[in-house]
Order: sequence, then structure tokens, then C-alpha cells
Amino acid sequence: MAESVLREVIPPVTEARHRSLWQRAWEAIQLPALALLTAFLVGGFIIALSDFKVLEALADTTSRLNAIGYILLVMTVAVLVGGTAFSRRPEIILSRLRFVGNVGQARWFGVVSAVLTIGAVIGLLVVIGFGPVLWLAWNAVTSAYGALLEGSLGNPLQIVAALSSGDARAIGLAFYPISESLVASTPYIFAGLAVALGFRCGLFNIGAEGQLFIGALTSVFVGYAITGLPAVVHIPLALGAGALGGAIWGLVPGLLKARVGAHEVINTIMMNYIAFRLSEWLLNGPMKRPGAVPVSPFIAESAQLPRLFPDPIRFHLGFFIALGVAAFIWWFLFKSRWGFEIRTVGANPNAARYAGMNIAFNIILAMCMSGALAGLAGANEVLGVNYNLANAFSSGYGFDSIALALLGRSHPLGVVLAGLLFGTLRSGGTRMQNVAQIPIDIIIVIQALVIAFMAAPAIIRAIYRIVKPGEGEVVFTRGWGR
Amino acid sequence: MAPVLELRNITKRFPGVLANDRISLTLEQNEIHALLGENGAGKSTLMNILYGLYQPDEGEIIVRGRPIKIHSPSDAIRAGIGMVHQHFMLVPVLTVAENVMLGDEMLTAGVFLDRRGAAQRIRDLSKQYGLEVDPDAYVKDLPVGVQQRVEIIKLLFRNADILILDEPTAVLTPQEVNDLFKVIRSLVDQGKSLIFITHKLKEVLATADRITVLRAGRVVGSTTPAQTTEASLAAMMVGREVSLEVEKARAKPGEVVLSLEHLEVLDDRLNVAVDDVTLEVRAGEILGVAGVQGNGQTELVEVITGLRRPVSGSIHILGHDVTGASPRRITELGVAHVPEDRQRDGLVLSYPVADNIALQEYYKPPFAKGVVIDEQAIQKEAARLVQQFDVRTPSVQTPAAALSGGNQQKVIVARELSRPVKLLVASQPTRGLDVGSIEYIHQQIVRKRDEGAAVLLISSELDEILALSDRIAVMYRGRVVAVVDAETATKEYLGLLMAGADPATTPAPERRQRVEVVT
Ligand SMILES: Nc1ncnc2c1ncn2[C@@H]1O[C@H](COP(=O)(O)OP(=O)(O)OP(=O)(O)O)[C@@H](O)[C@H]1O
Ligand SMILES: [Mg+2]
Repeated sequence: MAESVLREVIPPVTEARHRSLWQRAWEAIQLPALALLTAFLVGGFIIALSDFKVLEALADTTSRLNAIGYILLVMTVAVLVGGTAFSRRPEIILSRLRFVGNVGQARWFGVVSAVLTIGAVIGLLVVIGFGPVLWLAWNAVTSAYGALLEGSLGNPLQIVAALSSGDARAIGLAFYPISESLVASTPYIFAGLAVALGFRCGLFNIGAEGQLFIGALTSVFVGYAITGLPAVVHIPLALGAGALGGAIWGLVPGLLKARVGAHEVINTIMMNYIAFRLSEWLLNGPMKRPGAVPVSPFIAESAQLPRLFPDPIRFHLGFFIALGVAAFIWWFLFKSRWGFEIRTVGANPNAARYAGMNIAFNIILAMCMSGALAGLAGANEVLGVNYNLANAFSSGYGFDSIALALLGRSHPLGVVLAGLLFGTLRSGGTRMQNVAQIPIDIIIVIQALVIAFMAAPAIIRAIYRIVKPGEGEVVFTRGWGR
Repeated sequence: MAPVLELRNITKRFPGVLANDRISLTLEQNEIHALLGENGAGKSTLMNILYGLYQPDEGEIIVRGRPIKIHSPSDAIRAGIGMVHQHFMLVPVLTVAENVMLGDEMLTAGVFLDRRGAAQRIRDLSKQYGLEVDPDAYVKDLPVGVQQRVEIIKLLFRNADILILDEPTAVLTPQEVNDLFKVIRSLVDQGKSLIFITHKLKEVLATADRITVLRAGRVVGSTTPAQTTEASLAAMMVGREVSLEVEKARAKPGEVVLSLEHLEVLDDRLNVAVDDVTLEVRAGEILGVAGVQGNGQTELVEVITGLRRPVSGSIHILGHDVTGASPRRITELGVAHVPEDRQRDGLVLSYPVADNIALQEYYKPPFAKGVVIDEQAIQKEAARLVQQFDVRTPSVQTPAAALSGGNQQKVIVARELSRPVKLLVASQPTRGLDVGSIEYIHQQIVRKRDEGAAVLLISSELDEILALSDRIAVMYRGRVVAVVDAETATKEYLGLLMAGADPATTPAPERRQRVEVVT
């Protein structure tokens, strides 16, 4: 009888293991961190291989290789390939060899063999005579990245010396790099929030750059055209004008998407061009300051975002406004009814409709807010840094922010961190160019690599053999074959 | 002879759940092996491990006497293992042939897709196993039953000889189920071996060679159809006696809650899907809609719940004209809707269970205070419902995607039935649920009726329609061809009407003997 095989069932352990905050934070950050690390490693290779001295030494050494050298070189490549294969999937190779039954420790084999492989390859290269080349490459990379760090965070020795001397000017100079990084981060945070908010609603806002331009135009206009206001009124007014300008630029593609289903990617790109040409015309015409260059008049002093330290430090109130806005967006997305709707529309529009949400309204709202945030980025630049608007204002902040939002996983906190990172890279890159003669383009390459790795996390997971948290279904499939 | 497949002590843990606990299982050559168990017992997980989608924490998989490691579906396919998922994995905008080739492309001259060759191979396989499909049809145009055949052909195309079907019959009509079982027979007769998962005990008894029952991640028993009965299988799955009959008193219909007049609705391809339907559902009664899937039931439900606009005709709910009204307006009148496609409409899979529980009422107290969402309140309510409806989940914070199919369904049913409801529109409410849960949900639906709600029940399960309904409307090609008293209806009679027989000439059956429960 069936009952005879029925055994007593002990309920399984189902105590909900609530992972600690740190664990969750690590899970959220490990992919971006590894993507960044990988991007820097690849960037390092590019720096080394584009260095003239390194290339010369490489050609020189290669031309002097003898037969034994070539054999060793082939061996090195073999060690590299074999070692990599083994450290990638030790368990497969071990189980093929029937060497061990239980390969639970395979991960350690992997790590150890990866380290050994790198060591062996370097050792062999030195034996063959590539030592000087490696040394030159190492120097090139460290001096580039060193300059990058110093240019963005400052020189620790200089900071200590300045602090102990107590000289205000020296302190200012020592902290100048880090303050510049923060200044560069501020528009990144605004623009990153703009793109992130769009992502949360399932919208790809490529138009942040154009919205940023319009925001800069409207805020600079309010900044110079209105005078005689106290700063407490003028600054919010100018910022508000920037947000409004951006919002209108976001509204158009939002309306088109919600009403006729026109894809926002195309329309935001179109709106970018309109914004660029519009600002060109305005700066050459109605908004032009008397003189030869197409540039707007200076804004009134009452519209300037106050700088918090004496010259030359440009660090201004905008940074804190950005942090406040990020906190607000976090609250809006995750704690408010409106954010719940926007996220639901983004995650599953069918379910949103089923739950009675107004999809068109939410799309329009999200696009407007996204535009407003990008507009704030532009306003922040003209009100806090430039005090006027030049035609060559195009900063690329809006385009970079797409990558930034991806890196920050469309979460306001992530966006702030990614914004700080991008700002740091941008301001450090300038020094790297001056000191180490490395073109600033390498920063763009690194940023591009970060996007690539973030967009295809499977690559990072494969390289570092990270198991997916929860190891769930790869895609959330939609059911019943419809 | 050695078994074709042997699983030894497979253990799989998810955060907070022991999904598989030392499960051992063997599959013999030419065997149809049924895997039964409650929702969340670990059936899909076990099969996903076998197919390389999950890695077991412990245990061994032995195929034809050789222990192997399965790291990915391609490893599984190489070992001759193929799987059709609980939720299909086809690309709707591609043709059958393209879907079948996906990931295993046949090429000519090394670069071009050999569509013709693939189509020929599909035709050969169709003929060999009795799986009728047109290789050039687009998947999105195919009924579910045929899509499933495409999934099976995909496996055969890759030369799988161990086939896994996860709840293959949940979405099929009775006719399609019969066809599927013919196909399964012919597969097994031609040397394949097969594991299938189902919650329908009748099917198991009719087709399986051997039955293994899981509960809470463990094997609780193994038996054969000859040695067991429906009732004892049910008890073995759930761990208690399950009543397979629904007890309910005679309906006491009250005022009209839902009234449809001359409703005409188009489907997505602009064909008439609902054709001049006039119906009434009263408070305190359950109106069942019977019909082969695809005869307009889906569109009928969508139009009542505001997800689709009618071309003509009118809908009144409690006297309000809601023709073309928004879903929100209709919900606020006291309408609950259990949607047909749970993952498409009913859930946000990436959201935690708690947020899914709040999906309909997130903007109202107690879930929201003003514009602020009250997470505490949502979690409290979610915890209560999870308990009440026996949703098996490690916590209310677990994303809905991590729940088993049946437990996802329970989340929706819990959300919809927990509100004060005047009209319940339930489409396939027990699809994919185990017998114990079906029993519970049937009781809840009857209770809603007894509390005075009007219930519109759409189901492709005739048994469910017969067990719950007070009146039964039969839909055929978009029309309601007959509304019959549930007491006089029989399966055979309904079957004839569903197939298009003329009700005027079809003899109605004798009055059925029925156990009245007087309350
Ligand atoms: N990706 C995942 N992450 C976390 N937990 C999971 C995941 N997949 C399944 N589970 C859990 O494992 C258990 C077993 O789930 P499984 O899908 O195997 O059940 P099932 O027997 O197929 O049930 P059903 O009949 O409802 O489909 C459930 O408690 C489920 O919540
Ligand atoms: Mg399942």
C-alpha cells in the first residue's frame, strides 16, 4: 500500500536567514567594484602598450631573442593558457583526471593556481630577457595612475605638511585636487540621478545632455536677466528655472511615448540636437554678450551658488544640493506611492495596468522628473562654476551619466558613489595628461570598459567566477507561453 | 539493465529554504515517471538541477551508469537530457523552425541558417512521434497546446532521450491533454524515458508507470498506479486527508451584480473574440464559464476588468455603467480579479512578496499614509496572508520570482480574496496548485459567494467548473451558446456544447444526483 511507504517528514529548516547589511552592501557593490578593477587592469595594458619607450624596448628585446628564447617564449604562452584554463574551471580538469572525488575546494585551487600562473609567467619573461620591458611598463602604468590619484585626491605628504604648517593658503592648495573632484562630481550626480530615474520606469533617457543644456540656458537667463533680488530668492529661482527647462525637454519625448508609443531613445536623441542648435543660436543672438565670442552675459552675483572656501577652491553649495536631491529621489522612489507606481510600470507594465496604475501618466512624470534632474546639472554648472554659459559648454556630463547610472545600478546611493568616482576620474585625468603625458582619452576608455562590463555582468561573473546571488532564473520569463 | 538516470542524495539550499533534501530517484529505460508533491515541495528545483540550471549543493547524477557533472543546459543536452519548463521559453516572434534551431543552428556552407533542412527534420520528427506542427508558423500565433509540442520537438531535435516535462498539462485543454499523452506514449514506445510533474492525480494514475512523491524537499514515497488511489496519493502529498469534493449549500442568488449586454470585443488581431454576449451574475452565486481555451474567455475577462475596451455593448457593475472604465475605477467598485496569466499580469516578479500583496491597494490606508508607503503595515498584512493562505516562502521579503509556481499563484489569490469583494472574476484560479491548496481556495471562493459576492469563474477544468458553479455558461467561438443549471449539467453534455453542438438539438441530461449540504 502507498501508505506503507509514507515516512514521517521532518520540516526543513526554513528560518529566514536575514543577511546582514554588510553582506547586502557587499553583494550590491561587488560587481561594480570588480568591473572597475577590470577596467583599470585593461586600461593599464593599454597605457603600457601605447607607451613609446615600452614599445621600443619590446622591439629591441624581441630582435635579440635567440632560439632558446623563442622556445621559452612558447613555453610561457603555454603556461599562461594552461594556468588560466586550470584556474578558471579546476573542478572540470580535476574530475577529468579523476584526481579527487570531491572538488568542493576547487575555488581555492583556482585562486592559488591563478597566483602561481601569474608568478610563473613573470618569472619566465624575466629569464628570457623581458625584465626591462616589464619594468618600463610597470613604471608607465604606475606613473599614470599615480598622477591620476594625485590629481584627483591630492598628495598625502603635501596635505600633512600643509596641515602641520597651519598656513591657510598651503592647506587650500593641498586640498585643491580633492575639491575639484567634488566640483566635477556634482553635475554627474544630478545627471546620473536623471538617467537612473528613467531606468526605474523602464525608460532609456539618452537626452540628459540636451536637457542639461536647456537647464543651463534657462537658469543662466534667470541669472543675468533678473537683478536686484536677494540671493535666497534668486538662487532657488535660477535653479528652478533650470529644472523647469530640463523638465520641458523631457516632457516632449515623454508625451510622445505615452500618447503614440514613439520610442524615447530616438526622440531624446532628436531633442538633444534641437537643444544644441537652439543654444548655439541663442548664444550667437538674443543671449549673446557684447563682444566677439558667443557667450552669455555673467549672471548676477545674487544668483551665484556660494563658494564655501577661499580661492582658488571652487567647491560650492551645489554639491550639498546634489546630495539632498539624491536623498529626495531615494525617498521618492522607494518610500512614496508615486515611486512605487513608477517602479511598477518599469518592472512590469502589464501588472501595473492590471493594478490600475496610469501608465501614460507615470511615463510622462518620470520623463519630466528625469529632465528636471538633468536640467539641474546644467544649472549647477552655470550657477556654481562658470557664472556664464559658453557655446563650448558641452561637457559630456549627460552622456557619461548613462554609464554612471548603470554603474550605480539606478539606485540614488549608487549614483552618488558612481558620481564621485566619475568626478574623480575626470579631474584626475587632467593631471595625468599633464604629468605623465597620458592622453586623457584613457579615462574615456576606462569609462567605456566600465559600461561594457556593467552591461554584461556575465563577463565579470565568468572572470571572477562569482555565483549569482540566489542563483535564480536568468531572465524572469513571462508565463504560459503567451 | 542499469537505469538510464539515477539521482543520488541531491541536496539544494536556497537562502532560507532547503529545497531538496537528499533526494534519490531512478528512471528506468522506457519509463514514464510521475513526480508529485505540494507547491514548493522542490520538484521544479530538482528538475532544474538535472537540466543544469542550478548546481546541487550535494549529491550525484548518474546517467547510464556514468556519474556526470551538469554545469549548464548544454551539458545536460550533451548527456541526452531535455526539459520543457513550467513556463515556456519560446520566442514568440520567431517561427517554429527558428525556435527549434535556436542554440542548435543547422548551417549550410558553415554560415547560413539551414531553415529548409531544419523544417524537414521537424516534419520528420512530427510524423515519427505524432506531434503535429507547422514549422513555418509563428509561435505567437499558436495555441498553447501547440507551443508545447514545439518545446517537445526542440528536445527531440537535440536528440534528447531523457525528457523532463514540468507541469505540462496545467495550461492544456482536456483534448490537448489527451493528445499530449498519446505523444508521450509514442515517445516512450520508441525508446525515450520521461519524467513529468503534475498536480492532476487522475492523469498520473492513467499514464505513469511509477510515481514518486515529494514533500518539503524530501522523497516521502514511491509507488505505482496499480498500488494506489487518488485519495491516498493526495494524502501522501499533503500529509492529511484531502476532500476532493467541494461542499457547498444551494446558492441564494440576490441582486444583479454584473450585467453584460450585447457585448462585442475584438482581440489583439482585431478578430471578433466576444460576440454579442449577454450575461448576468447575481450576488451569492457562482457563474462558471466553460469553454475550450481561446473561445473568447480571455477577452471577456479583460473587458469586464477594464483591461480592454468593448466595441459595442455595455457592462454594468452594481448598477454603475463601467463600459470602457479604467481598471482602477472597476477595482474600487469592489471587483477582484485573479488573472489568467499570473506572471504577465498578476505579479511583479522582481518585487518582494509583500509588495505584490500590496499591488492593488498600495495607495490606500493602511498601506499608504498620504503619499508615504507604510512598509511596516504592508509587511504585517503580507505576513498574515502568507500564513492564512499557506504560501510557502522563506519570508515576505523574498522576491516573487523565487517562489514556486503554485506559491506565486497563492500570493495572487490571497491578495484578491482578502479584500472586501462584491464581484470576483477568477480566471483559472487554481492553475498549478496542489490538491490541498485547490481544496482551500475552492472553500474560499464558496465562502465569498456565501458572504454575498458574485463570482465569475473561468476555468478550462471542467471538473472545477462543475464542482463550484451554480450556473454554467458555455462559450463557443465568442458566443455564449447556453447557460445551464449546474445541477443538470454533466461533463459529457458540456463537452458537446463546448465542441459546438447545437444546444437546441442536444439532449439535456437527466437531473444529476447531488449531495445537498444544508447549512
Ligand atoms: N531561485 C530561487 N531562489 C530562492 N528560492 C527558490 C528559488 N527557486 C525555488 N526556490 C524555493 O525552493 C522551494 C522549492 O521550489 P520549487 O519551484 O522546486 O517547487 P515545486 O515543487 O516545483 O512547486 P510548484 O508545484 O508550486 O511548482 C520553494 O520553497 C521555493 O520558494
Ligand atoms: Mg514547479
